[in-house]
Amino acid sequence: MEISERRVISVIVINEASVLSRVTDLFSGRGYNITSLTVAPIPESRYSRLTIVTSGSVRVIEQITKQLHKLIPVLKVYEHADLVEKEMALVKFPANENITDISTLCGAYNGKIVNVGDNVIITMIADEPKRVDNFLKLIQKYNPKEIVRSGAVALER
Amino acid sequence: MQISGAQMVIEALIAEGVDTVFGYPGGAIMNVYDEIYKQDKFHHILTRHEQAAVHAAEGYAKASGKVGVAMITSGPGFTNAVTGLADAYMDSIPLVVISGQVPMSLIGTDAFQEIDAVGISRSCTKHNYLVTDAKDLPRVLKEAFYIASTGRPGPVHVDIPKDVTAQIEEFNYDVELDLETYKPNVKGNPRQIKKAMEAIAKAKRPLFYLGGGVINSNAAYEVRELIQKTGIPAVETFMARGVLSHDDALLVGMLGMHGSYASNMAMSETDLIIGLGARFDDRVTGKLSEFAKNAGVIHVDIDPASISKLVNADYPIVGDVKNVVLEMLENLEYINSDRYARWRESIKNFNQLHPLTYYEDSDRLKPQWVIQRTGELLGDNANISTDVGQHQMWSAQFYPFSRPRQFMSSGGLGTMGFGFPAAIGVKAAAPEKTSVNFTGDGSILMNVQELMTAVEKKLPVVNIILNNNFLGMVRQWQTLFYDRRYSETDLSIQPDFVKLAEAFGGIGYRVNTKEEFDAALKDAVEKDVVAFIEVIVDRYENVMPMVPAGGSLFNMMLLEKKER
Ligand SMILES: Cc1ncc(C[n+]2csc(CCOP(=O)(O)OP(=O)(O)O)c2C)c(N)n1
Ligand SMILES: [Mg+2]
Repeated sequence: MEISERRVISVIVINEASVLSRVTDLFSGRGYNITSLTVAPIPESRYSRLTIVTSGSVRVIEQITKQLHKLIPVLKVYEHADLVEKEMALVKFPANENITDISTLCGAYNGKIVNVGDNVIITMIADEPKRVDNFLKLIQKYNPKEIVRSGAVALER
Repeated sequence: MQISGAQMVIEALIAEGVDTVFGYPGGAIMNVYDEIYKQDKFHHILTRHEQAAVHAAEGYAKASGKVGVAMITSGPGFTNAVTGLADAYMDSIPLVVISGQVPMSLIGTDAFQEIDAVGISRSCTKHNYLVTDAKDLPRVLKEAFYIASTGRPGPVHVDIPKDVTAQIEEFNYDVELDLETYKPNVKGNPRQIKKAMEAIAKAKRPLFYLGGGVINSNAAYEVRELIQKTGIPAVETFMARGVLSHDDALLVGMLGMHGSYASNMAMSETDLIIGLGARFDDRVTGKLSEFAKNAGVIHVDIDPASISKLVNADYPIVGDVKNVVLEMLENLEYINSDRYARWRESIKNFNQLHPLTYYEDSDRLKPQWVIQRTGELLGDNANISTDVGQHQMWSAQFYPFSRPRQFMSSGGLGTMGFGFPAAIGVKAAAPEKTSVNFTGDGSILMNVQELMTAVEKKLPVVNIILNNNFLGMVRQWQTLFYDRRYSETDLSIQPDFVKLAEAFGGIGYRVNTKEEFDAALKDAVEKDVVAFIEVIVDRYENVMPMVPAGGSLFNMMLLEKKER
C-alpha cells in the first residue's frame, strides 16, 4: 500500500458559474477525498481561490493537481509543502458555563468571545487545523452546544 | 451585424468551415432549425436518434480530421446524446455538440423537457457552456471549436436556452480568443527530447508503443519515418491501428488484452518503451505490477495528466506528438539501427512461434476469414468502422490497415451501437471510399434505425453482420470464466436481417459460404444503397490471444484448434 498523506492544494479559478462544481465533480468522479474546501473571490481580479485539504498517496496527489489543471477555467494549482495554514472555528456555549475560563482558553488559540446573549455565548478562534482539533477537545467540558469549522486557508511561505 | 442567437449559431458554423451537421430537432432548438432551413452553406443530416447523431459526428470527425458537429433539443434529446458525448470524451474526438434548453425564465422550475444538461455533461466533456446571454454566443462558440480541436481533443457541449436563440444582438466572430487559463503545451522540451534520444541510443531492446494520439496529432507519417530511420520495432494500441501500414516490417502488431503474442512479449521484454500518444490503459497493460518490468519509459503526450498516471515515466515529454517526433528526427545522430538487429530477430521469432491466426475447423465460416477477405477485396479502398464485441477485436486483429483514420471504433467506452452511425459519418466525410461497418447481431440492433438515415441521405454503408447468435464477447467470458453458464447472451431469436434492411429501402444478403460472401460484398459495393450482409459464422469462436482481465501481459491464452 502507498502511504496516504494530508495535503493542501490551492486552486486559482475564473470566478464564473459552475466552476466550483467542476472542481468537486472531479474529486467525486475520480474517487479523491475532500477533507475541507474553502472558496472566496480574489480581490480586484476575475479569479477566485479555492483551498482544498485532501489526502492521498504521492501518485494520487500528483494526479489531482494534473487533473485540476486540465479544467479549462483553472489558472493555477499550487500543492503546498511549506505553508502557513489557518482555520477558524465558532463555538456556542451555554451562558451559565465559566466564561472566564472559556475566554482564557480562546485567547490561547488566537480567539475571543464574539457574542454574549441571554442564554448563549459565542466564541471564535483561528489557528492551525491541528490546534483547532486540540481546542475542540479541550472545550468539551464546557458543554459546547454547537461547533462550526471553516475549513483551512493557506499561503505558501 | 444585429442578428438573433439562432442566426449566430449558423454564422459561427459557417465561419468554422463546417459543411455537415448531424442532428435532430425539437422544441427548445427550433429557432436554430428555422435558420438551418433558410441557409444553404452546410448540410444537415437528420439521424433517427440523437445518440446516432453524435456517433455520426464522431465518425465524421475521425475520418476528416475536422471538428464534428451535432445538434439536439433539450431534455430527452440531450439525454439521448449523452452516450455519444461520453464516447467522444473517452476517445479524445473533437466535437461541438449544441443543445437547446428551456427559456432562461423557466430554468430551475422543472419545466417541460428541462434537464440540467451542463450538470450531466460536465463529467463527460472536455468543457461545457450554458449560454445565458446572446452577447456571449460568438465568443463561446469560437472557444468551443478551439477547445475541442486543440490540446488533447475532446467534445465540447454548448447548451443554449430558447430565449437566447431569439435574442437579437451584435454579432462579430472576428474576436481574439483570450483563454488565459487554457494554453496547451504543444512544443515538447528540446533538452528532454535530446535525453530521450540518448536513452534510445543506449537501449538494447527499445520498442515504440503507439497510441491514438499519433492519429489525433496527424503524426502518422512522421512516426513512420522515425521508425524507419531508427529500425526500432513498434506495437500499436487498438486506437492506433493504421498508424503503420500492415505490411511494415517493423510493425509487430497490436498489443493488449487481445494483442498478438509477439506484441505482448515484445512489450514484456523491452528495456525501453517509447510511448507516443498512448495512455497505458488497463486493457493494454494487464497487471500493472508485472507490466514491462525491466523497461525505462519515454512518454510523449499532449496531456500531462496521462503521463505517470499509471506507469512512471523516466523521460516525460509533454507536447504534441508531431512536434516532438519532428524534433526527434533532428536528433538521430547517436542512433544506429544495427544495434537493434538481434532484438528485431527475437521479435520475429515470437511471431513465428505464435502467429496471429485462426483455424478453419468448423462447417461455418470463420469471422476472422470474413474480415481478412474483406481486406483482400477492399484493402485501402475502404474505411472501417466497428461495433463492440468479438467482431470488433477481430477487425482490429485481421483487417490490413494501411493508413491513419482508416479505422474508427469505440475504444475507451466500448459503446455497442457506435458502428453504424459512425460509418454513416465516415461516408459523409469520405464519400470516395467504401464505408464498411463490421458489426454483431447484438450491436447492430442498438442503432438499427439509422438504416433510414442512410437510405434518405444516400450514404451507402456496407454493414457486415458477423452473426454468431450470441452476445459473443460476453459469451466468451462466460465460457472461460463462468463455467459456460450462458446467462442472457443467447441471441437465437433474431429478426430477418435481410428483410429488415429491405423494409427501410436498403439491400440485404444472407451468406453461408465463401463464394456467397465474395458475391455479396462485390454486389453491395457496386450498388449505391445501404446494405446488410449477414454472415452466418461459427458460434463458439473465441477471440485469442487473450490476457484475462488483471492478468500479466505475458500470460496469454492462445487459440486452440477445435476437435472436429
Ligand atoms: C451499450 C453496451 N451495452 C453492453 C455492453 C457489453 N457488451 C460488450 S460486447 C457485448 C456483446 C456484443 O454482441 P455482438 O454485437 O453480437 O458482438 P459479438 O461479440 O457477438 O461479435 C456486450 C453485451 C457494451 N459494450 N455496450
Ligand atoms: Mg454476436
